[in-house]
Amino acid sequence: MAGFREARGDLKLDSVTKAFGDFTAVDDIDLDVPRGSFFALLGPSGCGKTTTLRMIAGLEQPTAGRVMIGDTDLTGSRPYERPVNTVFQSYALFPHLTIRDNVAFGPKRRKEKEAAARADDALELVQMTQFAGRKPAQLSGGQQQRVALARALVNHPEVLLLDEPLGALDLKLRREMQVELKRIQTEVGLTFIHVTHDQEEAMTMADTVAVMNKGHIEQLGAPAALYDLPRTRFVANFLGQANTGVGTIKGTDGDHLVADVLGTPVKILKSRSQVHDGEVLFGVRPEKVTVSRSQPEGAGNDVKGVVRDVSFLGVATSYLVDMPSGATWSCYEQNLDVEPLDLRPGDAVWLTWNPGHAFGVPVDES
Amino acid sequence: MSSLAQVSQVAGDPAVHPTAPAPETQKRGWTAYLLLLPGALWLGVFFVLPLVQLATVSLQSRYPGFPGYYYRDVNLDNYVSALTDYAPHFARSFLYAGLATFLAFVVAYPLAYAMAFKAGRWRNLMMICVIAPFFTSFILRTFAWSQILADEGWVAGTLNFLHLLPGGHIINTPVAVIAGLTYNFLPFMVLPIYASLERADPRVIEAGGDLYANGFTTFRTVTLPMSMPGVLAGTLLTFIPAAGDFVNMELLGPQRGKMVGNVINDQFLAIPGGYPVASALSFTLMAAILVMVFLYVRRFGTEELV
Ligand SMILES: Nc1ncnc2c1ncn2[C@@H]1O[C@H](COP(=O)(O)OP(=O)(O)OP(=O)(O)O)[C@@H](O)[C@H]1O
Ligand SMILES: [Mg+2]
Repeated sequence: MAGFREARGDLKLDSVTKAFGDFTAVDDIDLDVPRGSFFALLGPSGCGKTTTLRMIAGLEQPTAGRVMIGDTDLTGSRPYERPVNTVFQSYALFPHLTIRDNVAFGPKRRKEKEAAARADDALELVQMTQFAGRKPAQLSGGQQQRVALARALVNHPEVLLLDEPLGALDLKLRREMQVELKRIQTEVGLTFIHVTHDQEEAMTMADTVAVMNKGHIEQLGAPAALYDLPRTRFVANFLGQANTGVGTIKGTDGDHLVADVLGTPVKILKSRSQVHDGEVLFGVRPEKVTVSRSQPEGAGNDVKGVVRDVSFLGVATSYLVDMPSGATWSCYEQNLDVEPLDLRPGDAVWLTWNPGHAFGVPVDES
Repeated sequence: MSSLAQVSQVAGDPAVHPTAPAPETQKRGWTAYLLLLPGALWLGVFFVLPLVQLATVSLQSRYPGFPGYYYRDVNLDNYVSALTDYAPHFARSFLYAGLATFLAFVVAYPLAYAMAFKAGRWRNLMMICVIAPFFTSFILRTFAWSQILADEGWVAGTLNFLHLLPGGHIINTPVAVIAGLTYNFLPFMVLPIYASLERADPRVIEAGGDLYANGFTTFRTVTLPMSMPGVLAGTLLTFIPAAGDFVNMELLGPQRGKMVGNVINDQFLAIPGGYPVASALSFTLMAAILVMVFLYVRRFGTEELV
């Protein structure tokens, strides 16, 4: 095969930009994905996820910047020259070929011996062996998705790109496929770049999550770290829920900053705040907030509010509480107490949290 | 809560449905037949009846000594005559129509491909150009071709000047006939191919590139097979009318060596008492085309394609 690049190593995007006319879809992205890791690209619709993948696959050429695998510069090379395969969002199976021939397509093009046997192995991996003789139109969406996965995996690409491959599946199948994908990734040890706008999916599956917004990467890190300590307002609100309030930093107290949020003084660890003077967006996750009828002794931050709504969720109870500042906070309480709290809308409650869980991010949405 | 609601719904379903469907489907069945009626009438009056008429005529015998008079009979001589005396005409018809179909395919595929994938904002203009010839009559356009290909025309003139025209003429040769057939039926080839290419998911074609197939291999293994339904439709829409055509031969072809369409035309309109033979020829042509189409679709048919 003329032109094929046998590149190995980490995937690197180096200041990659893609402009369509005067619209910049991907704006100066730097990425470094270690070989063999499961990397999730998470972001709202239209933020440039697919465009980023297409540039890695070679289906689109960057306006500026470089795409590298290991030490090999792939910028400018054609898709068929790259050791990269894509699982398209719409599956994009060849309608005129049987499932087996679909999967054998890549190995055949690479003139590999026993392409059919390789295809059968890949189909077994995704548990689709019994459908090998069918045409794609005779399969359900979930089955087609697994075939698309097998068709890409069979080539053992250095990097596997998955563009919302579970988007069309129902919740149950989606969960099953998530587990299966993760198992396959661990088994074959390839680099997976998984695009999704389902934050739960990204967090449960990936080693590293990059949150994208409007063509650039807002924050990148391990799912737990990203959730625990968001660095921008967008990430705080996009990954899970956050109770937030705009405040002004008034001073310090040991390791903490003290901010005034509409009359309520709150503390944030200096190391957990991205701003150290002026305006700050204070935030704390709902499950970190404790609800009680009376003011708890000592410690922490507390605010008095009025219950607006109570929803019993089985494993937890969710409360919506109107704060004196006018904001509405949500709180999750695990139902651990023998005596239930039995709160009703209209009841006055105290909300407390450990200031170690609070975070501060810049107020303006970047 | 929601799961409870689901359970009760599932439980409710069988109780409601068994009684309901019967009158429902019956009503729908009647509506379907009613909607079929105009089409069925049309087919009956304008297709089946003439066909039966043609079949009876094709078996008639002549009154000896009374040209133009027949009597009802089961006379297979007409068919024997059609298959022996006119075998060369059939052969020419199928050969010329086949060549024209092939040429039309060669011209139409790149054109349809360009319209579907490369034309951008020119696409509509190209579409109009493909359809525009239909705004003038078939006969008129073929006349125009007799001018273009005439000995004094620029095509023959240029080729003669370059000594590239062995016989010295284009007009009144089989080449002119095949050119005319190709030209006249080209849109019937372009449009179905364009439709099938246009409908193809561009992601599927990209997937070819993603799976190590270069541009040409992707075309050969993905794009072309995916457009096969269009190619099939286009070749049928070109070959069938071209095989029965007589206008191109009449206006562009040689005096001798006609196609079967011309013979049928002459037998019907010019030769007294030619009706039975003309009918037999028509039936034979129809049967031959049917058999060929059947074999062709059996071989290349892609009904499993979406
Ligand atoms: N070929 C193109 N020409 C012009 N604009 C484009 C093109 N492709 C994408 N865009 C624009 O670039 C932006 C990013 O598109 P992209 O497909 O990467 O979004 P995405 O993050 O994958 O969104 P989604 O989650 O909806 O799939 C969008 O605003 C889109 O309109
Ligand atoms: Mg997308």
